[in-house]
Formats: sequence, structure tokens, C-alpha cells
Amino acid sequence: MQLMLPEVYLLGALCVLLLLDAFLTQERRGITHWLSIGILLVTGVLVLMGQDIRPDALTAFNGMYIHDSMAAVLKVFILGVTIAVFLFSREYLVARKLFNGEFYTLCSFAALGAMLLVSAGNLVMVYLGLELLTLSSYALVGLNRDSGLSSEAAIKYFVLGALASGLLLYGMSMIYGATGTLDLGKIHQAIADSNGAGHVLLSFGLVFLVVGIAFKFGAAPFHMWLPDVYQGAPTAVTAFIGSAPKLAAFGMAYRLLEGAMGNMGPHWQQMLSVLAVASLAVGNIAAIAQTNLKRMLAYSTISHIGFLLLGLINGTPAGYSAAMFYVISYSVMATAAFGMIMLLARPGFEAEEIDDFKGLNQRNPWFALMMLLTMASLAGIPPLFGFFAKLLVLKSVIDAGSLWLAIVAIVFAIVGAYYYLRVIKVMYFDTPLDATPLRMPHDFSFRLALSLNAVALLAVGLYWGPLIDWCNRAFHVVV
Amino acid sequence: MMTSWPLLSSLIWLPILGGSLLLLIGADRPKLSRWLALGVAFATLLVSIPLYSHYASDVSVLPYNMRSIMQFTEMHVWIAAIHANYHLGADGISVALIVLTTFTTVLVIIGAWQAIEKNVNQYLAAFLVLEGLMIGVFAAMDALLFYIFFEAMLIPMFIIIGVWGGPRRVYATIKFFLYTFFGSIFMLVGLIYLYLHAGSWEISSFAQLSLSEREQTWLFFAFLIAFAVKVPMWPVHTWLPDAHVEAPTGGSVILAAIMLKIGGYGFLRFSLPITPDASESYAMLIVVLSLIAIVYVGFVALVQQDMKKLIAYSSVAHMGFVTLGIFLPLLLMRNSATPNSLAAYLGVQGAMVQMISHGLVSGAMFSCVGVIYDRMHTRMIKDYGGVANTMPWFAAFMVFFSMANCGLPGTSGFVGEFMVILSSFAAKPWIAMLAALTLIIGAAYTLWLVKRVLFGEIANDHVAKLHDINPREALMLSAFAIGVLLLGVWPAPLTELMDGSVKQIVDALTLAKA
Repeated sequence: MQLMLPEVYLLGALCVLLLLDAFLTQERRGITHWLSIGILLVTGVLVLMGQDIRPDALTAFNGMYIHDSMAAVLKVFILGVTIAVFLFSREYLVARKLFNGEFYTLCSFAALGAMLLVSAGNLVMVYLGLELLTLSSYALVGLNRDSGLSSEAAIKYFVLGALASGLLLYGMSMIYGATGTLDLGKIHQAIADSNGAGHVLLSFGLVFLVVGIAFKFGAAPFHMWLPDVYQGAPTAVTAFIGSAPKLAAFGMAYRLLEGAMGNMGPHWQQMLSVLAVASLAVGNIAAIAQTNLKRMLAYSTISHIGFLLLGLINGTPAGYSAAMFYVISYSVMATAAFGMIMLLARPGFEAEEIDDFKGLNQRNPWFALMMLLTMASLAGIPPLFGFFAKLLVLKSVIDAGSLWLAIVAIVFAIVGAYYYLRVIKVMYFDTPLDATPLRMPHDFSFRLALSLNAVALLAVGLYWGPLIDWCNRAFHVVV
Repeated sequence: MMTSWPLLSSLIWLPILGGSLLLLIGADRPKLSRWLALGVAFATLLVSIPLYSHYASDVSVLPYNMRSIMQFTEMHVWIAAIHANYHLGADGISVALIVLTTFTTVLVIIGAWQAIEKNVNQYLAAFLVLEGLMIGVFAAMDALLFYIFFEAMLIPMFIIIGVWGGPRRVYATIKFFLYTFFGSIFMLVGLIYLYLHAGSWEISSFAQLSLSEREQTWLFFAFLIAFAVKVPMWPVHTWLPDAHVEAPTGGSVILAAIMLKIGGYGFLRFSLPITPDASESYAMLIVVLSLIAIVYVGFVALVQQDMKKLIAYSSVAHMGFVTLGIFLPLLLMRNSATPNSLAAYLGVQGAMVQMISHGLVSGAMFSCVGVIYDRMHTRMIKDYGGVANTMPWFAAFMVFFSMANCGLPGTSGFVGEFMVILSSFAAKPWIAMLAALTLIIGAAYTLWLVKRVLFGEIANDHVAKLHDINPREALMLSAFAIGVLLLGVWPAPLTELMDGSVKQIVDALTLAKA
């Protein structure tokens, strides 16, 4: 039980927050904002303390909950990214009359679901965490009741998500049928012991499992929901669902594919490599045609997921470490990018189009620089964070001997550089549509947090040793 | 020699930090920005002087192995998880290129004094950051560090061309970025492969790896793609004319003077030591491509109507000498029974001298074009004629630099070309004969340009109203001229500086790796 302290605390605190928020007036809503940030901070501290006190891998509740380094790293970043989203979103939400307690509590419950998902030791727990995460996300996407676009995005997300969850469950049921147990570790053992018996059932189950995971990631060809949901949701929500669920999906993928189905490695690795190449292709090529920045970022997410999957296909600890490093870097970059979109937004005016960034350098050089750092990091240009993430994944791919896969990845990375450059080009080379100086959000914490987020991409790029060491320790990589 | 003061680190970070400081000043204080930028660039130049004066070029205790004798080394563990170190070091060729970089940046900042009015602080900051990154490329001894500096250079240049450039600047800058990015990312795969086999990112450890012929071929082509685009070699040179034409004057100067040299430097540092067998097999390919650049691109320069495009193509032709000089030793040292190490030495030394000389000469020529462009706002040759009548001092400088471009003895342009032609004669006489065509073709396009622009009748009213160069421009052009003349008449300081390193590169070629 003590192992689960962060989650228990978060659940309790959120329930209190939910009740408290019900009694707050709209003027006092800021209390919810700061209280939720505080709760998440405390949860993060509890995760780190738990990691410190008990660094070994332990289980709780009869193996349903796994407490290990990997979960701790992912949880810290899930919470960190959620806090960042809260800091970025306040003024945006206020302007659109969406500033209510539901946003904070739903995001926090989603974060809780994500935390449970990455710590899952049992198929049911996986589903529980996943559903908590996704059901909260569905509601978040549809938060803007008056917007047809948001509601459409929410319905799409819900229907497709429910379908994917259903397929995941179906796969889980087949695996249960084949192995007779729901515990991930015991499934691993059972597959090892089975020696090929029940193989067909396991393979089918694996396929459905991979489909469910691919949907959560947004990997092609299960990516169709991503652009519409990213574009339709309020940008604050997009910032959240673009970052935290990807971390959770990585955790889910690791637990299910390596933790449970580790001995069927060659099967799912093959599937993932196909998904990876498809995602790289679809994401990069489709992003070139986009004029809406949120949609472009959605397609670029798909391409990043492709890169991420390349780290997973080797099945080596170094590969997983590289993939986790990549997903962490991606979530930080995505938060910064969507934060910038929120920065430019004004009441009644969304700054979603790439053209809205035109001439940003003339209007506000500092934030143009921040966006430059973010775009360059997403493109994978040294010495920024994104480059090193790509470097590590490429290293693990080449180490596994798949040189051609590495070349495919980098060719698509070059294609990808174009649309990020286009944003930089628009900011620096074009004249602004509206030459008035940028109306800065009054919220100092927003501007500070966004600047820190973008500068971190450079700072961590220059010195990422501690982070990779942390990731390596999580997977027991021997350097 | 290890100094107590981290000279190379200061050379890298001083301009980068200075540039970042400039960014904070804001665009509404151009005078402060200019003086601050000049101060930082001049300080960097001063800091680079000890690099030259303290360099011990007598490396007579040269062991016959692949280890490079680097000086001013600095080593710090950077990312232990992938064995990447912050390892800097300079040998003769690095020192020469670093001093060229610091010298040129000061002149570029002086040149931009009146030409740039918009966002002055960002323009100068971009150049200072670029300077630091370029010095980093020349000083890096760790392959990952090299790659990071190599790629990071693209962003400031992208911004420089795109914000302050000509009418088609967006096309030119995106082409420049994607082209060079494409080339260098294949090199990344090669470097990762080498790292996985060597266990560290040290370039010297790569050189000691024993690689099969097949591995070497793949790596050779990976490096070739990256450096051939950078040099640029024919046929991947097409980004250069657009980038040069559309870039602001300072951007063209830095691009031509320094950034092209990074390609040649890369060949010397990576292709030759790491993949000598593959380099030998494909040396003739490189020689042929170089000759095509020298002869064919020279003819292309002849028909240009835009001055900057003409000088850009002439740059490609001159860089052909560099790649020729670098790859000739492979034909001389390894193919024949009696390796001709003197000719090989001349080849590499000639290539290096040509690099420095071309840096100065093309930098000067682009600056000249910048001077008259600031007045006339056109680069088309047909809009000029008889400029010497109204701008005699300018004409004097331009004729001098044109002579250097042709390779007139007494100017630096001659020294490098002569050495390379000598070396190519020792390899195969027909190579020398084709390479020597540059003396005719180079003279043709340069002198014709000079004739059409400077000499003859005053072409139109605009030319008649031109005023001659002011003291600032005279200072900039004189600095280039002194460099060109000095190097042409007395190249010994440069050749002695690089002597040991070149000898070591050539000696290392006798060893096979497969």
C-alpha cells in the first residue's frame, strides 16, 4: 500500500479538490488552478521519495501494481507535463469561458490513470489505467460544448477510442484464455513454459494488443483520430493529450509487449517495425500539406511515434532506454509547441494557422526565439534535445543491425525538417499579418514556464547526461 | 602543448556568448549593437593569435601511427552514457582555419556597418554565434561534438540568408538548409556505426579501427555525401549559387570563406584517416569530379550575368582544386610501387593553402560586390561599366583581388594552385593539364567580369554618380588585400604552420586498414 502512496494521495486530494471546487465561485477559481498544481507537485515529490526509499522493483496488491524505476521516471514526467499544461492554459481557458474546475480535475484524473497504467502489473490494471486516462480525455476534448468542431472531435475520439479499447480487451481475453492468468509476469512465464502450445491464440491476442497500443500512440495506420482530435480540441486540451498520454502509452507498450509478451518478441517487433515505417511516412508526408499548425503538429506527432517505435523494435534494454528518452523529449517539446499556440491566442481568435505566426520575430523576438528552439528541437537539429533523442534511437537501431531502417528513418527526418523550417521561416522571414506588438498574456507564470520549457530544450540538449543515466538505470542498461 | 588557459573553449564560447548578449540588447540600439559585436569579434581575433604564436609546429617526433598530435587539447567527460566527451584540440590545419575564421568575422562585421539597418543586433548575433560554431567544428576531436557543431551552423546561416537576403531568399535558404542537412545526416549514420564499433566517439579511435573493404566503402560514401555537398563538389553544388546570390554580403563572405572549407576539412579529418582503402579505390572518381568542377564550372562562370553568381561558380571551381589536392596523394602514395611522398605532400599542402587563399580572395571579392551593391542595388553586370572612372580606389582593390582569383603569381591564389598542379603532374600528367586549364578559364571569366564592370566608358547615370569607398570599406578591403599579398609573396608562415600536420596525414596514407 505504501508503494502506491503517490496514486492514493492523488486520488484523495483530487476528490477533495472536486468537492472544494463545487463550492467555489468563478472569481475564486484560481484556487483550483493553484491547488491542482500543488497537488501534482506533491505527488511528484512522493514519486521521487518512493523511488529514493525503495529503489528496487517491487509489487503491491498481489502483483497488480509494479513499483520500479521506469514507472517512476514516466510518472515524474507525466506530472511535470501536466503541471506545465496547467500553467500554460489558464489565460487561454479564461478567455474562452472554459475556466472551470472540470478541466483541472479531469486532467489530473487522466494523469492518475496514466500513472496507474505505467505501473500496471496485471491486464485488468492496464485496462483500468487506460480507461481512466482515455475517458477523462474524451470529456476534455469535448469540454467546449458550444463548439461544433470540439464536439465532433470528441465523438470521433470516443468512438474510435472505444473501438480500440474493445480490441485491446479482446486481445487481453485471448491471452488470458491461452495462459490462464492475468498477471503480466505470470503471462511471461506461461508463454515461456508453453513451448508453442496455444500459439495461435496468443498470436491473435498479440495482434489485438498491438492494435490497441498503436491506437493509443497514434501510429499509422491507426492514426486517423489524431489530426481531427488535435485540431478540434481546445488547445489547452491538445497540449495535454499531446504529451502525457504518449508517456503513458510508452509505459503500456513496455509493460504489455516486453513485460508480458517478451518471449514473443520477434512477432511484435516485426509488427512494430511496419507500424514505425508507416508512421514515419504518413506523418512526415501529410504534415507538409498542412496549413493549420495544430494539425501539422498532429501529423508530426505521428512521425515522432514512428521514430519512437524504432527504439522499441530491438528488444534490448538500450533500445527501451532510447525510446523512453525519446518519448520524454517529445512530450516536453510538444508541450512547448502547443504552449506557444496558446500564447498567441486572443479572446475570440485562435492562433492555429501557421500564418498567424508570420513575422513573430518583429512582434516579439523572445518568443519567436522560443518557438525557433522548439521547432528546431522537433526537427532534430543539434544541439537541441530532440536531436539527441533521435541519435539514441538511431544508435540502437544500427546496433541491432538494421542499417536500412536507420536510413529510412533519417530520410524521413529530412523530409520532416521541411515543415518545421517552414514555421521558422514564417516567423522570421515574413511580414506579420498584424504588425501590432504581441499582446502578452498577463500571466507571468505562463510566460516564465513557457520560456523555461523552450530554453530547457537547449539546456538539456547541451547536458543530457543525468537524464539518460536515469533512463538507463530504469532498464538496467550497462554502459 | 597544454596551456593552462582553455584557449579553444574561449574561442568557441566567447563569440557565442557575445552573440547571445547581443540578442538581449534589442533591435532598437543599432550603434551599441555594432560596436559591441565588433568588440567581441576583435577580442576573439586577439584570442586566436596565441593559437598561432604558441603552436609548436615542429612535430619531428612523429611516430608512424595514426595518432594525431593535437595541441591546446581540452578534455572533459560530457555524456558518459554514450562515451561522448567534450574533447577539443587543434593541429596546424585547424589553427590556420580558426585564424581565418576570426579574421574574416571581424571584416564581415565591419562590412555590415551601414548595409544592415533592420534588426541589426540579431544579424550581428547570428554571425557571432556562427563564428563560435565554426571554430567548434575545426577544434572538435570528438566526432559527436564535430557533428553537433557541423549541424548547428545551419540555423544561424538559415536565418541570415532568410531575413536579410535578396528577393528569392526564402527559396535559397530552404534549399541550402535541406541540401546540407540531407548530406550530413548520412554522415551521422556513419558516425554512429563507427562509434558502435570503436566504443568511443574519438576521431582518433575511428582512425585506428580496422574496417573491411565493404564497411569502408559505405562509410566513404556516407562521408562523401556530407562533405561533397558542403564543399560543394559538382554535381551537388547547385545550392551554392542560389545561397550566395540571395545572401546578404556578410553571409556570402562567411559562406564562401569559411563554410565551404569545412567540407575540405572534413575530407582530411574523416575520409582519409578512417577509410583510406575506400578513398584510394574511389580517388579517381573524386579527381574526375574535381576536374569537372574546375573546368566545366569555370565555363559556367563565364556565361553568368549576375556578379555574385559568377563569383559563386568561381568558388566551386576553386574548391575543385582543394578536393583535387586532397585526393591526389591517394593516387600517389598507394597505387604506385614507389610512393611519391613529396608530391603527395604538395597536394595536401596545396589544398590547404588554396583553402586559406580562397577564403581571403573570395571573401574579398564578395565584399567588393557588396560595396558596389550598397551603392547601386543591382548585381547585374549589364547595369555597370566604367566604374573605375568614378571609383578608382575601389577599382584598384577589385583588380587586385581579381588577379588573385586568376592565380597571378605574387598573390595567394597562385601558391595553392601551383602546388596542386605540380602534385597532379606527378600523379598523372593529364590531370595536371586539365587542372591547369583553370589558369586560362579563371582568367577568362574574372578578367571579363572586371572589364565589363570596371573598365570602359561610364555606362549610365547611376555609375556616374558613384562615390568612392569610404575609410571603413577601405579598411576592410585593405585587410583582405594585405592577407592575399602576404600569403602570395611569403607563404612560409602558413606552410610551416601546417607542415607537421600535413606530413602526418600523408604518412598515415601509407598504412592499409582492410
